[in-house]
Amino acid sequence: MNALPWTIYVSFAGALLALAAGQRSASAARVVGLLTALTGLGLALGAAADFTPAAGLQTLVNAPWIPELGVRYHLAADGISLTLVVLTGLAATAGVLFSWNIGERTGEFFALYFALIGGVYGVFLSADAFAFFVFYEIAIVPKYFLIANWGSTNREYGAMKLVLYSFAGSALVLAGLLWAHGAAGGDSFALADLAAAAPNFTRFEQLGMFALLFTGFAVLAGMFPFHTWAPTGHVAAPTAASMLLAGVVMKLGAYGCLRVAMVTFPAGLAYFAPVIAWLAIIGILYAGFVALVQDDFKFVIGYSSVSHMGFVLLGLAAANATAVAGAVLQMFSHGVIAGLLFAVVGRMVYERTHTRKMDDLRALPLHRLLPFAAVVFVLAGLASMGLPGFSGFPAELTILIGTWKTSPLWALVAASGVLVAAAFTLRAIQVSFFGQNETAKDAPDHHYEPITWPEKAGAVLLLAATVYVGLNPDALLRWITPALESPLLRAALNGGAP
Amino acid sequence: MSLSYAELFRALLPEAALTIGALAVLTADLTVGRRQDLSARYRTAVSIGLLSVLAAAYGTLAAGNTGEAFGGVLILDMLTLGTRLGVLVLAGLTLALLPGVSRIRHPAEYVAVVLFASCGFTLMGASNQLLVAFLAIELASLSLYILAGLDKSSPASAEAGLKYYLVGGMSAAFLLFGFSLLYGLTGSLELPQIAFQLSLQGMTALLMIALTMILVAFGFKAAAAPFHLWAPDVYEGAPPASAALIASASKLAGFVIFLRLLWPGLGFSAGRVTDLPVIVGWLPVVALLVLASLLVGNLGALAQSNVRRLLGYSAIAHAGSLLLGMIGAGHSGPGPVFYYAATYGLATVGAFGVVALVDRAGRCQQLTDLAGLRTRSPLLAGTLAVFVLSLAGFPPLAGFFGKFAVYASVLKVGGVGGPAGWLTLAAIALSAVALYYYLIILKQALVAPAKESAREVIPVPLPATLSLLAAASLILVFGLFPSTILRIFG
Repeated sequence: MNALPWTIYVSFAGALLALAAGQRSASAARVVGLLTALTGLGLALGAAADFTPAAGLQTLVNAPWIPELGVRYHLAADGISLTLVVLTGLAATAGVLFSWNIGERTGEFFALYFALIGGVYGVFLSADAFAFFVFYEIAIVPKYFLIANWGSTNREYGAMKLVLYSFAGSALVLAGLLWAHGAAGGDSFALADLAAAAPNFTRFEQLGMFALLFTGFAVLAGMFPFHTWAPTGHVAAPTAASMLLAGVVMKLGAYGCLRVAMVTFPAGLAYFAPVIAWLAIIGILYAGFVALVQDDFKFVIGYSSVSHMGFVLLGLAAANATAVAGAVLQMFSHGVIAGLLFAVVGRMVYERTHTRKMDDLRALPLHRLLPFAAVVFVLAGLASMGLPGFSGFPAELTILIGTWKTSPLWALVAASGVLVAAAFTLRAIQVSFFGQNETAKDAPDHHYEPITWPEKAGAVLLLAATVYVGLNPDALLRWITPALESPLLRAALNGGAP
Repeated sequence: MSLSYAELFRALLPEAALTIGALAVLTADLTVGRRQDLSARYRTAVSIGLLSVLAAAYGTLAAGNTGEAFGGVLILDMLTLGTRLGVLVLAGLTLALLPGVSRIRHPAEYVAVVLFASCGFTLMGASNQLLVAFLAIELASLSLYILAGLDKSSPASAEAGLKYYLVGGMSAAFLLFGFSLLYGLTGSLELPQIAFQLSLQGMTALLMIALTMILVAFGFKAAAAPFHLWAPDVYEGAPPASAALIASASKLAGFVIFLRLLWPGLGFSAGRVTDLPVIVGWLPVVALLVLASLLVGNLGALAQSNVRRLLGYSAIAHAGSLLLGMIGAGHSGPGPVFYYAATYGLATVGAFGVVALVDRAGRCQQLTDLAGLRTRSPLLAGTLAVFVLSLAGFPPLAGFFGKFAVYASVLKVGGVGGPAGWLTLAAIALSAVALYYYLIILKQALVAPAKESAREVIPVPLPATLSLLAAASLILVFGLFPSTILRIFG
């Protein structure tokens, strides 16, 4: 458990090592990358093995950092952060495996990749708002260069848009944090201290600070109408970056909403919950319908991410223990499944066929040409639709059950989003992999490079994770549910009452 | 009041070291240098210059922080100490850029004028009296005019020097007028005396005029809008190493003397902008400068295609943030503003250093001249990324914490309930705009492929390499451990 902060340091050290190894050869950088990611995953799983679920954050490090501003380097974890740290480890490892073929400036690629990963680990482990924000911003810059250098379609536009949205969101967060810090007397940035001071603020202050913080984080979580960076960014990004963006970076936003905005300002949550819930529902349905008519395969997945993240936000807005537990479970589940979908589309299919247009793919008998990719995509698609046996099912079901307790209307409308998800996923499966009629023999014969072992390993890793959690959701809920019993989170879920 | 000249000498050890260094540089070049080629003369001049900067740094530490010196004319406190060391570091980094970079055929004069300018900067850090302050500012400014126009072969440099001189001269007139009114009102030139007198008098029309004059003058010097128009032109035309000094050390020293004048000196006529209703004083005027600078700097930079002009507009925006810090400094002390100015100086010296090196290898005016820098020189591209991301305010680089501390110091006073709070929110929002133009620079340097006409490797001489690496490491260290600087004001 106490080794968890090393996930951060190992990632940053791995970034430097990969940069150095890249000077030597691309494969050296790859090996460094894989070892770094595996070390991170190992540390996360090791911590999970000796984790005792409890209410409240368990401190890992707590040292003075900037005494002049009352900033402490305080890292801590509970079941929620542990879930997301494990997810980060999985996504990082799979991402390295799916970037095995990056041959140009490999060292720089992995350096930026692990700078991003280190920032992500840091956010999930921070218990001090300053440290949280620093790690949060560290995770922004590498995205620009990953996309602009190694991306595809319209990459400079996608990269700039994504980074500007992220940074604008973080500017809102900064404003909210500094305002709260000043109003609390300016002696501490500890999340617990801010939360303790918040009830003394005026109502205007509480609502204003909550709105700034929640909106800022929700930009990164892909909340409608601030979601437009997500599809363009995901599409432009190289495969591993899309996997990370959808897999963990969007979770940073949702995690910030929960850990910072909601916990600190329960009154704000109580006031704004209906607005957030309806925006989340609009996001679920709108992005789902948009995904239904995309003619670029990757855009389908990009919009599906926005749609599935809508469930997370809905769970948070419903603000009861069941819905929030479901939201955290959905963060994990979507992180794994979205990674898998992007891996199939970006790496397995696009880098062999060099097209993502649904019409072109329809003309290819991909299920025969790339059977492994077809199997993985079908399984990932079923998981994404929320079929029992995969992690998406317990996650979305828990969210909907929890939401029903708060408002049956929200639950009903959101549930129709599951149908839309089934529709766009089935369409994607059918058109891209099974578009070609079996009997058509006049199709040109394609010889694609067979699926390589790193791709297979990555796909199996993520599939195993989604099936394991799907069959045994208690493995994660066992961590998450006690965490929601902490006084701070209970207050957040009770509208401020202890 | 007893005047001890021994005390005066001890207090002015750094200035003495710099002056002696400047004379030694000139002497050496007129004797030994006559038999050397240009690059050897640069090496000699810069070596002597760096030695005298080191000696001045030692003198700064030897002078210590003993409080008021020489009858209150000078002050040696931690702010003085920090400022002197800060400007000496920045001047040293600038000097180290010169060998192998500068095209100018007068190495000794170049180095000597840099040392004289540094002498002005260190004196600005120590002055506690209006006359010394004015002298120090003008010593520094006159040296900077020369530095801007030093490249005789370039019409742009001459234009920059002349423009800077005319605008600077006018602002000196404003400053002197303001000071003389202040003297007339209070009967004293010393800041503690002035503060005492003003606390008795309250706000009068004449005082308001004096304050306005002083603020206008400082607005010119700091390149705050609406007095900013010289800045992009000078940054564009001046030799890049000169621009580095103009944009870094002079900013640090200028803001420190401004800070000392405004809060300990004129604090009683500050007025109030952190809460409503606004109370008349110099704070509302500063708030207007902040708003104008943030808007003009950030929006103006968006339209630039010339990298030096872009850095010029970004300097205006940063002047806005620094002035914002001035509002919070009354409550939080000089720490945040000093930290911001010092680390901003490091990033600017570095950025102009990279521009200078690229310029030496061909041309560096347009943003596209930076294209493919990562293949032409990974060192320059990597350090440029550090400097620009620090200017943009990304952690863990120092530029982030500078902004953070300044904004926190302002919001701590009145929250968002007054104009100062609104300005802070505007500054935070505009930092998202700023990210765009900073990324445009990095997009050229790190993403775009090299142009056909300019793809050869850029040679980086050893001193310049060390200078850039030192600036980048300091930015990282101060960013990770801001307490190293903030502590001295604790």
